[in-house]
Amino acid sequence: MRLYLELARTSFQQQFAYRAATLAGLFTNSIFGVMIASIFIAFYRSQGNDTVASWTPDQTVTLIWINQSLLMTVFIWGWWEVTRSIQSGAIVSELLKPFDYFSYWLSRDLGRAVAHFLLRGIPTFTVGAIFFDLLRPAGVAAAFGFLGSVTLAVMISFCLRFLSNLAGFWVLDHRGVSMMYVAIFNFFSGMLAPLDFLPDTVQTIARFLPFQAVLMVPNEIYLGRMPIWQGLGVQAIWIVLLTLLVKRILRAGEQKLVVQGG
Amino acid sequence: MTTQIQARDLSKRFERHTRRAGMVGAMRGLFDRASETVTAVDAVSFDVARGEIVGYIGPNGAGKSTTIKMLTGVLTPSSGEATVAGFTPWSERRKLAQQIGVVFGQRTQLWWDLPLIESLELLQHVYRVPEQRFRENFTMAAELLELGSFLNTPVRQLSLGQRMRGDLAAALLHDPQVLYLDEPTIGLDLVAKTNIREFLAHLNREAGVTILLTTHDLADIERLCKRIIVIDHGHIVHDGDLARLRDKIATERTMTVDFDDPPTLDDQLETRGMRLLDQTGQRVRVAFERSRLTAPDVLTALTEYGSIRDMSIEEPSIESIIQHIYKA
Ligand SMILES: Nc1ncnc2c1ncn2[C@@H]1O[C@H](COP(=O)(O)OP(=O)(O)OP(=O)(O)O)[C@@H](O)[C@H]1O
Ligand SMILES: [Mg+2]
Repeated sequence: MRLYLELARTSFQQQFAYRAATLAGLFTNSIFGVMIASIFIAFYRSQGNDTVASWTPDQTVTLIWINQSLLMTVFIWGWWEVTRSIQSGAIVSELLKPFDYFSYWLSRDLGRAVAHFLLRGIPTFTVGAIFFDLLRPAGVAAAFGFLGSVTLAVMISFCLRFLSNLAGFWVLDHRGVSMMYVAIFNFFSGMLAPLDFLPDTVQTIARFLPFQAVLMVPNEIYLGRMPIWQGLGVQAIWIVLLTLLVKRILRAGEQKLVVQGG
Repeated sequence: MTTQIQARDLSKRFERHTRRAGMVGAMRGLFDRASETVTAVDAVSFDVARGEIVGYIGPNGAGKSTTIKMLTGVLTPSSGEATVAGFTPWSERRKLAQQIGVVFGQRTQLWWDLPLIESLELLQHVYRVPEQRFRENFTMAAELLELGSFLNTPVRQLSLGQRMRGDLAAALLHDPQVLYLDEPTIGLDLVAKTNIREFLAHLNREAGVTILLTTHDLADIERLCKRIIVIDHGHIVHDGDLARLRDKIATERTMTVDFDDPPTLDDQLETRGMRLLDQTGQRVRVAFERSRLTAPDVLTALTEYGSIRDMSIEEPSIESIIQHIYKA
């Protein structure tokens, strides 16, 4: 246990070294937040500022800013460390240590996520709150439920990323996997618009996929649109299922591992 | 004498996809990929006793690294069995990891982004080393390997020799029973090499650590190993005492003699079992079979051609012995 805390602490601290990247990221998230939120405000105005698919204008704009703020915390794209280490053979030094490979990366990722929540999440949301009328959490319970839900969301997102990384055991080039993953995620997570805006059948499919548990569920808990325990429960189920799947595939991959080089 | 490493008929075969040459070849490759099987390690068997230092040598591509990867558990063999410190490496990898230390000269086990000292402290938690023990091992390694000047430098900024010393320290913080070293002196300068050799000798002597070492630098072998295992094309071609190997293969010794005056030699030398290698002025070099003649025999025979001022004897170099094995 001590090890996993130390790992989380180390990767937490590492994030504070990348000052320029943090500022640039904050800028990008804010620009996207302003753009997407403005589009929705214009859209709502054309609808007479009525609710659309049961979402009020304020709720939708808040979701857009929460998504932009959480983007780095849940870390959806661009993490290929495991694939890279499989393909370079560096994975050898990790497999040679007496820790659980999955827990090793998970604890490092949780440390990273806490740092990104503080460095990217809160500042981005603050920018949003300055320029737009963002809603507060639906209540004290909702606020804490939201924090819990974000933690679980990080774990789900981590499992999904880890799974796509494990493809590295079988395919040599991760770019294909990467593009597919991003497209699917954007579509089914509620990243660009509340899921309720999608056609019914697509929505139904999305509700049975893990991607909505990464962004939609924390949002709905925050806004009080979903009972807290229901949201956390759904996330917990996904974590259990995904972890089991990860462990299965990891074991198969290790058997197949051919260490490259040296 | 307890056996610490046991390999029985270990084999590893790799599937290698070959790319066909040219445009047409590339197109064909889309549909049926040509592949060939490479047998990297072929039915390798050996035992290493507790406290032994064994040199595992062979030419490039012989299968040394592949053998070591199997014995650490990161590669599953195609066939065969092995036991290391009581564990089957590939099925009990995590348990074995606690008992072994590994240094791959070509890659680091440390965290690139962390200062060396933090990497080592993290490893304390990885291996759950008690504080007291950690301090002792750390102090010993830091002293013998002279880590002091770069402990706070991030690993990515270390020079090769510094990194290698860091890796060695990292490999023994948890008092491993077995140490695998795959080219631990590759690319290092003489001082660093000597430093590392002395350190390994110390570790073996004081802590009784069993060491399996691969290297292309035969000075490593001469300093550290009594026994060598030679592998070529995946087969073991020799396993035994280094001194006895020398007796067996390198039967010819060379004597260099300086006379007071340039001697006039005749073919009597040949009939007495000596072979003239060269003569320059007063200096004469002869070769002789150690099984037929002793050094005093040769010296006595040579005094007949004049008075001798100085002489020296050369044993065959370990390089020439190894070359002899590879060629066989
Ligand atoms: N992942 C792999 N896929 C295919 N072939 C491999 C793989 N790893 C090793 N080989 C092949 O197996 C053989 C043995 O390789 P190995 O790395 O064990 O050699 P080595 O004795 O360590 O050589 P060196 O002295 O150059 O380090 C080589 O022919 C190599 O090409
Ligand atoms: Mg090698």
